[in-house]
Formats: sequence, C-alpha cells, structure tokens
Amino acid sequence: MKLLTHNMLTSNIIKGVTKGFPLVINPSRVEVQEVDFNPDFITRVLPKLDFTALKQAATQVGHADKLPEALPETADFGEDLQKTLHHVLLQVEVLEGELVCPETGRKFPISNGIPNMLLNEDEVS
Amino acid sequence: MAARIARGMADTWKRYIFHFANDHFDFKLAELKAIARTVGCQIQIDETKYDKESPFLEVGLRSDEDGKRLMQRATLGRSLYELMAEGRTLPELCADLNKLPDAKKTVAADSTFRFQIEGFNKRLPQASKVDRIEALLQCLPKFQGKINLKAPDHSFHLLEYYGHEGSKSPDQPYWLYFGRWIADGQRDKIRQFHLQKRHFIGNTSMDAGLSLIMANMGQVDKNQIVFDPFVGTGSLLVACAHHGAYVMGTDIDYMLIHAKARPSRHNQKRRDKDESIRANLRQYGMESRYLDVLVADASRHDLWRNMPLFDAIITDPPYGIREASLKIGAEKPADAFIPEDCRDNHHPQSVKYRLSDSFCDLLNFAARFLKLNGRLVYWLPVFRPQYSEANVPRHRCLQLVSNCEQILNTTISRRLVTMEKTAEWQAEEDSRGATVEVDHYGDKSFRERYFKANRTIAKEMEASGSS
Repeated sequence: MKLLTHNMLTSNIIKGVTKGFPLVINPSRVEVQEVDFNPDFITRVLPKLDFTALKQAATQVGHADKLPEALPETADFGEDLQKTLHHVLLQVEVLEGELVCPETGRKFPISNGIPNMLLNEDEVS
Repeated sequence: MAARIARGMADTWKRYIFHFANDHFDFKLAELKAIARTVGCQIQIDETKYDKESPFLEVGLRSDEDGKRLMQRATLGRSLYELMAEGRTLPELCADLNKLPDAKKTVAADSTFRFQIEGFNKRLPQASKVDRIEALLQCLPKFQGKINLKAPDHSFHLLEYYGHEGSKSPDQPYWLYFGRWIADGQRDKIRQFHLQKRHFIGNTSMDAGLSLIMANMGQVDKNQIVFDPFVGTGSLLVACAHHGAYVMGTDIDYMLIHAKARPSRHNQKRRDKDESIRANLRQYGMESRYLDVLVADASRHDLWRNMPLFDAIITDPPYGIREASLKIGAEKPADAFIPEDCRDNHHPQSVKYRLSDSFCDLLNFAARFLKLNGRLVYWLPVFRPQYSEANVPRHRCLQLVSNCEQILNTTISRRLVTMEKTAEWQAEEDSRGATVEVDHYGDKSFRERYFKANRTIAKEMEASGSS
C-alpha cells in the first residue's frame, strides 16, 4: 500500500463511525520501490491530498524527515519538494502491517502490500 | 464539396476515409468520437450516411496531423487515408481525380511511391489490379517518383467496396475510394496485450481489444487516476496504464487478488508465486503506473474520502455467470452474530444482491467520486428480447454518452455503457441516487435467465432439426 492510497481511505464503512480518517498505520514491513519520477502527476494529485494526514502517515512509516510541516502557498514547488512528495506518495510501500480505525480501533490487515478492507457482516452499517 | 474550398483556416476541412476493422460494429463510431475528444481534434461526421456494417467512413478533419493523433488511439480504426477521389466506377473515380488540382497529386522525382488495390468482400485477381493501376496512372501525370513496394514515401490506395463481409459480392463494386495513406491504428496493440501471453489471468479477464476500447471510451489519458471497483485480474488497468494513467482497483475476492484462486489456464496446475496485477503491469513495463489494489466491497462507498478522487471509472461488474455478484452482509439478521473466539479466522459471509441494485450502486459511486467531466464505462448484461433503454440506470449527475451492444448469442448481449459526470454530487439532492425506469432483471438472477435462454435455444434447434 502506497501512502497516496492511504490518503484516500477511511473506515467510515464501520457501523457508527463518522470520522474514520486518517487511518493509523502500524507497519511491520516497509519498503521503498523505485517509481519513475513524474512531476506532472504530482502536480495533478496535490489538490486531492489531505496533507496533514499524509504527514502523519509518513511519520508512522518512518519517511517524514524531508516533508515540511505544511505545503507552501505558492503553486510553484521546486523540484526538491516534488521529489520528496513523489517519494512519500508513490515509492514508500507498506507491505505488511495493519491499518487502524481512529474511532473504534478496528484493525485492517495489510499483507503482501494489499490492505484487506472487508468487514464482518455484523460490523457493516 | 464546399468544405474542400479553403475559406480561411476556421473553415478548412479536409476529407478523409476511415477504414475500420471488421469487428465490434456497434462500437466503431462511439470509439472514434471518444478518441477525437481525448486527443482534442475536431471531426466532421455525417451520421445520416453512416452504415455500421461498412468498413469505410468518410470524415472531415483539420489536418493530417490530427488524423495521425487519432490513429495513435484507434483500436477499431485500421487505417486512415486522405480522400482524393471517389466514384461508383473506375472511370467515374478517374473523372473525380482529374478535378483535383495538380498540387494535390504530385510525387516529386526524388521520392518513392506505390499503389495498393484492395477489394473489400471480394478477392481481386492480380491482372485486374495491374489494369486499375494503369488507369489511375493515366490521371496522375505528376507522379514522377520511383515505385517502391516495400517502404515507399507515399502509399496510394484504391479501396473497392463489394458489400458487407459475408454478403454475396456483386460483379461491380458498390463504391470506390482513392486516397493517400496517412496512418494505421493500434491493431498491433491487441496482439501485444493478448491474454495468452499475460502473466496473471482469471475466468473473467477482459480481452485486450475490448479493454483498449473501454479505456478509449473513458477518455483515459496520461497522469489520470483510473479506478476499477471490480478489478479481478486487472485487464482493464493494463489498457488504462498503457494510455499513461495511474491505476487502482478493488475486488471482494481475497483469493483472486492474492492470486491464490485456482488457475484458469487449462494446462496450469497452480499459480506462480509472483502472479499479481502488479506483475501484469510490470510485464509490459508499466509498473510505475500501478498504485494499489485492495480487498474491499465495492458497495461500501464510505471506504473512500468523500471527494472527486478519480478521473475515470472503468469496470466489468460481476453478473453471476462466471463470477457471483456479492457484497458483505448476512442473509438473515440473526446470522450476523459472530462469537468472539471465532473472529480472527472468520471469513465474512457474502450475500447475493439484486443485479439492478448493484448497477445503481455503481452509478452512485461514480456520481460521488468521479471528477467533473470524468467518465464511467461499464458493461450491462441484457436479455435481448426484453431489453429497452428504460433498463439502463440513470443518475442526475451522469449523462449517457453511448450505449454499444456486443451480441453474445441470439438472446444475450452485453452493452458497454459510457456516462459522463456533468453535475457535482450533492448529499441532499442525490440521497435517492440512481434509478432504473424498468428493472430489467426483476427478482430473477441474470444467471437464471442466461441458462434458461440457452435451454430455449437448444429446444428450438432440436425442433428445427439442426444440431
């Protein structure tokens, strides 16, 4: 699971949960995989990002060091920041671990890089 | 004809002939229009003259460059020619050719050219081809270059139309076109992405040609995020990534996503260790455009942060023939209780859900999570004798763009539905969500209808004495 994906996911599927975002990451295996750098894609993705959630997730997986506290107001980011975002969003992968609902503590396992977001039949709203 | 006379750039149209592949008739025009929008080129089509079983279509384009860009996306377009002359007979065509200014029919002495004579729905003997070339050369005194059959600078084609494929061909053609070759389409991509050579496939993997058509219908383009909520083995993601999109998907089938389900190749006993959707993208050198796949229930929309996350949603929902249509839930409310000590190894129970509901769900999902002007492309299976447009689900935010039929047998077809998001989703206004005017499936499962239909056909064949 990449952090870009994590940034889109919530646990609001659980009965009674309304603020299941961001999910807490408990990583047990994190790897960095090479992905072609594409600044145009990063620029396109930015408006969709919740940066606070990204920063928190990057901290939880141990890749937040180069990430600023907040994104600059200007549209022009410079290549360094774009490369940092590229790294954090697309290259860092949680291969094993779990995602945790911030409201209920319900855990969703990640195995082989694939999160399992299925609920049991008594948990669905 | 008036269009050929240049009256300033804004009015300049040039005439071209599209030669389509003899395949998926109902999709040709829809694909052509979609790719014209994707590559941003203007196109003039006289739909009153459109005959979907004919492989040829005359269109107006602004330039050869526009035509080349179109053909770089065309799955069903075989070749594109600049139309120089046409007619019912060769003398008629030659007369038309004589009207063309010399500048338009010149081949410089230092360049090479060739002629190709092609009969559609008729084999033309070599001797008659030579006669035709000689007749054409009579009208083309400014063709001064050398002939080169293998790799010419210019290729000129005489296309003779003898009716729909399979029809009885007349002695004389119905129509003849003469033009200069501009570009070929992407037919070779169908071979390149063929499922036979794909690493990870399953029972319901979509064939390469249709996947590419679907990506075109969705106007999938570079740097987009494309989502498939019923991802299966990721065939549609391969086609979308080929066009430069970043791709992700979900599937409710844990075993399939983790490539632990039974292999579907007849000569394969067990899945390779590295089979996965990601490996499929890697196979074609597109791993950088793989985002993620998740095990998830597509009917649970709240899994996603509430905003327009996706540029396109391209999918083949399960409809219960080869894969069941499922979501997580209990058949009866009392079944939902799971004792504490069983929870860890518990596999959630799936319930079948009504097919019309599942398609409405898909529209609701698209209405919420597509960006404005983004497209939803999906297959709707139908029972042909009872199908009408009132069976296609609608949503306030989504406008129907096209609805193309692929006939599977005499009673069953599937329709490729393309919709475009034209209004922002509003929580209050869209609480009712998608609706169908007439429920095509009722309480019956599509599977029930599908197999019943086949039995009926078998009976009819028995009665008529064929086997």
